[in-house]
Amino acid sequence: MSGRAATAGRGGAGRRRAALAARYLTLCLALVVTTGPLAWQFLTSLRGRGENVYEGVLPAEPTLGNYVRVAESFPLLPYTANTLVVAALAVTSNLVFAAMGGYALSREGWRGRRAVFTVLTATLMFPFESVMISMFLTVRGMGLVDTLVGVWLPGAVSVLNIMIMRAAFLAVPRELEEAAVLDGANEWTRFTRVFVPSARGALAVVCITSFMGAWDDFLWPLIVLTDSEHYTLQLGLKSLAGATTVNDQRLIAAGAMAALLPMMLLFLALQRFFFRGVGEGAVKV
Amino acid sequence: MTAPEGGGGLPHRRWWSPYLFLAPGLAAVLLFSLWPFVNTVVLSLTDARVLEGGSFVGLANYRRALADPDFWLAAANSVLYLLVVVPCLVVLPLGLAVLVRREVPGIGLFRSAFYTPVIASAVVVGLVWQWLLRSDGAVNAVLVRLRLVTEPVPFLTDSTLLLVSAMIVTVWKGLGYYMVFYLAALGNVPGALYEAAALDGAGPVRRFTSITVPSVKPMMLLVGTLSAISALRVFTEIYVLGGESGGPGGGARTLPFLIRQVGLGFAGETGYASALSLLLFLLTLAFSLLGRRLTKGDEA
Repeated sequence: MSGRAATAGRGGAGRRRAALAARYLTLCLALVVTTGPLAWQFLTSLRGRGENVYEGVLPAEPTLGNYVRVAESFPLLPYTANTLVVAALAVTSNLVFAAMGGYALSREGWRGRRAVFTVLTATLMFPFESVMISMFLTVRGMGLVDTLVGVWLPGAVSVLNIMIMRAAFLAVPRELEEAAVLDGANEWTRFTRVFVPSARGALAVVCITSFMGAWDDFLWPLIVLTDSEHYTLQLGLKSLAGATTVNDQRLIAAGAMAALLPMMLLFLALQRFFFRGVGEGAVKV
Repeated sequence: MTAPEGGGGLPHRRWWSPYLFLAPGLAAVLLFSLWPFVNTVVLSLTDARVLEGGSFVGLANYRRALADPDFWLAAANSVLYLLVVVPCLVVLPLGLAVLVRREVPGIGLFRSAFYTPVIASAVVVGLVWQWLLRSDGAVNAVLVRLRLVTEPVPFLTDSTLLLVSAMIVTVWKGLGYYMVFYLAALGNVPGALYEAAALDGAGPVRRFTSITVPSVKPMMLLVGTLSAISALRVFTEIYVLGGESGGPGGGARTLPFLIRQVGLGFAGETGYASALSLLLFLLTLAFSLLGRRLTKGDEA
């Protein structure tokens, strides 16, 4: 970074200012490309009932009424509740089981460790889409078709999360554990009192990614759920867009924005974990 | 790291404890990953249907696939998707990362904004772009007003254009995601390299091509591999933009799209769909091995 400053310094203040202006101009252009489509949908969701959705950029009669109307005329709230059930199950099971599995994998000196590790890594190679038919048959065999448990169960603990937790536990200093051993702590106590608290960052990453995964998933719920009463929010949104009874872009836009909002808030509050999660996931793939 | 031997390095440790700790994770993986994979291989050799067991038919399903124009079209669509989307996702996010790397005032805001499409679900993103690309959507309105076209472009109702629209959506949603990968890689490039190059009189373009690009080349290969694998998995974009049939006559169907259509529903042919699934797996495997090989060749 200082290198850039050094070169710019040679060209004088004027050139530096021009370069900076060009940089901001490009940034703004990229901003329009990346957020423009979302902003357009947002503006549409604010348009009043009487105005033409095709005219102008800003809503002529801005209103939040579409959000109320879409919640009244379409079961978005029950769908959200269904999604939250799946998400709560997914977050809990992933936190507990990925931490436990990752802990075991981070320990050395037990028989079969290598084999387990190889099997787990191998399963990362199967794209979901190439096993979804069989997965459906398994879930059907368990009598879980058209249930929220059936939506949740196959993702109850992901291998990627186990690997993230393993990496985090490997980084825990040995001295911490040895001190706990001297205090007479058994293995479960060491796991809950020493290891889990030292891996808070990784746990946050697992928590966020499982929540997002459950919130955003579409194809698997589409396969498992048949009765629209059990729909998750994403399935509900798609059916909202397809419903001939609605056919009002203002309502569809309001529904889409309402589904995006919780994710946006989560992201703004926990940004550093989002970026960290992506990086850590990348190393593991 | 000092490895305790025989599991007895530390007291208060039982030999069975690792297995107990791993049991839930392993059970989930065996039941919902390993077993479905084995089952897919087995089913692909039978004529099973959703509602009946089926019997062994050898490689008949694979022969059928190779003679099935629907399979070839879906495979071609998937590969075309990959060939268009991957170069875009290797190059454009790198540009974004270079753009937001330098700490200028307000840069955090830009970084977060560029990441927003990643936060949005595939369905939300699909709806957003459907509204933009519809025949009465904003993009067509602008094109008509600028007199670039006389009639609205059928972005969502023509199979080829639908596929292109879905590609645009995939690239748009991937920009911020892979930008973060590149930011991580750029963080490891020593600043001294740039200083030295600047002292040697290298301009910004020269510094980019002879320092930035070689430094992030391993990351470019990783991004290429990851985006190739996810390009072969595309389903939701096309489903939301183009509807259940996958474009007129199913012309924009990708492999996952076809697998779902063939294998599920009351008349679902699970046997044939399993064969298609395995072909998709082999295609994915081929591209990830290619990626790995390129990476290895790069390190050597």
